[in-house]
Amino acid sequence: MEDALLLHRLQFAFTASYHYLFPQLTMGLGLLIVIMKWISLRTGNELYNNSARFWGKIFAINFAVGVVTGIPMEFQFGTNWARFSTYAGGVIGQTLAMEGVFAFFLESSFLGLFLFGEKKLGPKLHFLSAFMVFLGSWISGYFIIVTNAWMQHPVGYMPGPNGTVTLSSLGDLLLNPWALWQYLHNMTGAVVTGSFCIAAAGAYYLLARRDEEYGKIFVRTGVIAGLISSFLLAFPTGDAQGKNVAFNQPVTLAAMEGLFQTVDGAPLVLIGQPDMEKKKLDNPLHVPEMLSFLTYNRWGAEVKGLDAFPTSLWPTNIPLLYYSYHIMVGLGTIFMAITAAGTWLLWRKRAYAARAFLWVLMLSFPFPFIANTAGWITAELGRQPWLVYGLLRTPAGTSATVSAGNTLFTLLGFLGLYFVVGVLFLFLVTKAIGTGPAHASHHERE
Amino acid sequence: MEMLWFCAIAFMLCMYVVLDGFDLGAGILHLCIARNNDERRSVLGAIGPFWDGNEVWLIAAGGTLYFAFPLLYASSFSGFYLPLTIVLWLLIFRGLGIEMRHQVDHPLWRSFWDGTFSAGSALLAIFLGAALGNVVRGVPLGPDGYFFEPLWTSFTVQPDAGILDWFTVLMGLVGLSTLAVHGGNYIAMKTTGDIQVRARANARLWSWGVLFLSLAAAVSTFVIRPGIWTNYSEHAWGSIFPLLGAAGLCGVFYFNRKPDDLKAFISSSAFIGGMLSSTAFGLFPYVLPSSTIETYGLTVYNTAAQSYGLGIGIVWWTVGIVIVLGYFTYMFRSFRGKVKVEEEGY
Repeated sequence: MEDALLLHRLQFAFTASYHYLFPQLTMGLGLLIVIMKWISLRTGNELYNNSARFWGKIFAINFAVGVVTGIPMEFQFGTNWARFSTYAGGVIGQTLAMEGVFAFFLESSFLGLFLFGEKKLGPKLHFLSAFMVFLGSWISGYFIIVTNAWMQHPVGYMPGPNGTVTLSSLGDLLLNPWALWQYLHNMTGAVVTGSFCIAAAGAYYLLARRDEEYGKIFVRTGVIAGLISSFLLAFPTGDAQGKNVAFNQPVTLAAMEGLFQTVDGAPLVLIGQPDMEKKKLDNPLHVPEMLSFLTYNRWGAEVKGLDAFPTSLWPTNIPLLYYSYHIMVGLGTIFMAITAAGTWLLWRKRAYAARAFLWVLMLSFPFPFIANTAGWITAELGRQPWLVYGLLRTPAGTSATVSAGNTLFTLLGFLGLYFVVGVLFLFLVTKAIGTGPAHASHHERE
Repeated sequence: MEMLWFCAIAFMLCMYVVLDGFDLGAGILHLCIARNNDERRSVLGAIGPFWDGNEVWLIAAGGTLYFAFPLLYASSFSGFYLPLTIVLWLLIFRGLGIEMRHQVDHPLWRSFWDGTFSAGSALLAIFLGAALGNVVRGVPLGPDGYFFEPLWTSFTVQPDAGILDWFTVLMGLVGLSTLAVHGGNYIAMKTTGDIQVRARANARLWSWGVLFLSLAAAVSTFVIRPGIWTNYSEHAWGSIFPLLGAAGLCGVFYFNRKPDDLKAFISSSAFIGGMLSSTAFGLFPYVLPSSTIETYGLTVYNTAAQSYGLGIGIVWWTVGIVIVLGYFTYMFRSFRGKVKVEEEGY
């Protein structure tokens, strides 16, 4: 049983982390493509329309991989987490069904029109189709966040028959206070990913001295969108999400921050290694009293450490939780620094020739993916040992009839298949970037 | 209320099989009817804007099933663990086949993805048929409503049968031939020239398969699950569903020879819709019968969510589906007419 639990968790963690590499770019790029189409529609600047078409191509590859890796997510609720589905399906089934009905159809129908229908639709309807694809992907994100938020902070439910829970208020479920901030935080994170990808491609074109008119558009769009989104990521969304955790999952906050002892005026740890045997943080580098201030807006406020809670309530993997949280925050800070420097260079009209900066920009695109993944690991590990916070523990949610051997079979299958998918994806995106935006639009006009 | 949701999910699954059925069918016939690169591009161009949206019906039906009948979702998905995971892998491979083919201009690259697309489509059609076969035959449910089925055991219809036995394999072949006909009709409708002629010829050939295999499946169903006919004897109006299916099959034969491709396509859609609704009507109120002790069977009543959720769901689901039907109408109108190869997107 222990083995099976671990394998069910590993498979879900792997398929979910892998899947989310793609939707975050879909949601971020979706918004930026709409902005490019909008600028082109308003100014008549064909370069922006070509840029939108070029990113539309990459969007399509990315979207396809997002869809095919997304279907296993919904299925796994039933295949691997059957007891959880029986327990909570009456509640979260609502949002998952709504996602299918309201978001996926919107997204996929208009994606067909966006990719295949530019000539037939004309510029205005084509803009509309791009907007609908964006809207669909963001609505889809909301329903998924609401589902996750319910697992983090259950609301709008009541006890049902046979020890299950059932929905008592759809409004409460959809407007879960946890979901609102988690959604905004997550979506700004997606925009950061989209911005850095666009900026990195632009930096590459400028450094390679090719397609430079597009390189400039990409760097400008990416840096400005990246600046706005990475600041919104920290404040207010990240701050508010942190307070959600502090007030509703105080033991998770203590674990994330590596705070073993309850203290007045708790420090904010920047670097350090949790030592679970001695229950202390090794080599800490911290800002005194900062955690108390960030959480309670008072320098001397008491913050509960792990010692205030029985170990049965502690998250099951505190070091990984601590590291993923710190990686997320650390990278977020770096994103603000890079985009602020870029904006300053743009303002001084030096950005396109600042080769050192362009190198940094070009090489920085993987880090938002890492930061977003680390953020989700923080959310999901922070929820442990609960599957539904305070209601259902993770070991009680698995499919009892599926043996460890069968789970390992499918986990290995997913590993192999997703490796192939990843290689293909990288190959195709590299190829699209190599072909370049100018050639793409030239080809289109033939 | 439970019955309403049973109908809603049956409707969504019918939509899925009719819509994704034509692109799966196009995939099954892809290698036979499209011989050169232009012809293969026109097959993919004919399904290109639609296949993704069509597949969403499966995801949305899955989501709706989860929401309306959580225990059924949990029990069937964990019980069919292996085949469902394999279906996921096939969906991934087949989707890649469609999306990857045009990305690199090289004959070997294209051949590989043509093969992937076609093999994936054929296997999915067989699995979908076999899945229906499992639901009709019943599964070894325990008293808690859970079960687990291996992929195969002895291929006989026993209480310890696997996913594949002779009956479910037969149903799989019914699925394969039905979707081949449906896809052939669709391609004939969307193309001209040689490929259209071949699509019609293939649809005609496979429709004989549909006729004989469906008869065999109907007889076998009577042997394996005689209870399926009780609903028909008690509510004679239900015979409208098998009659619709039979009329659809006659239409397939008639309009294929005329030839009128649109009407042939409508006929194969009617056949699919008629056969699936006949099965649903016969099974009701069971949604997953037991192959061991009959009272262990899952029904709409012992698996449904509570009434508040189901009630409020009716409101948003109806609104949502009306909007979705609007999208599909608009999309099919936007891409109506014959597909032209040079207009392929991206």
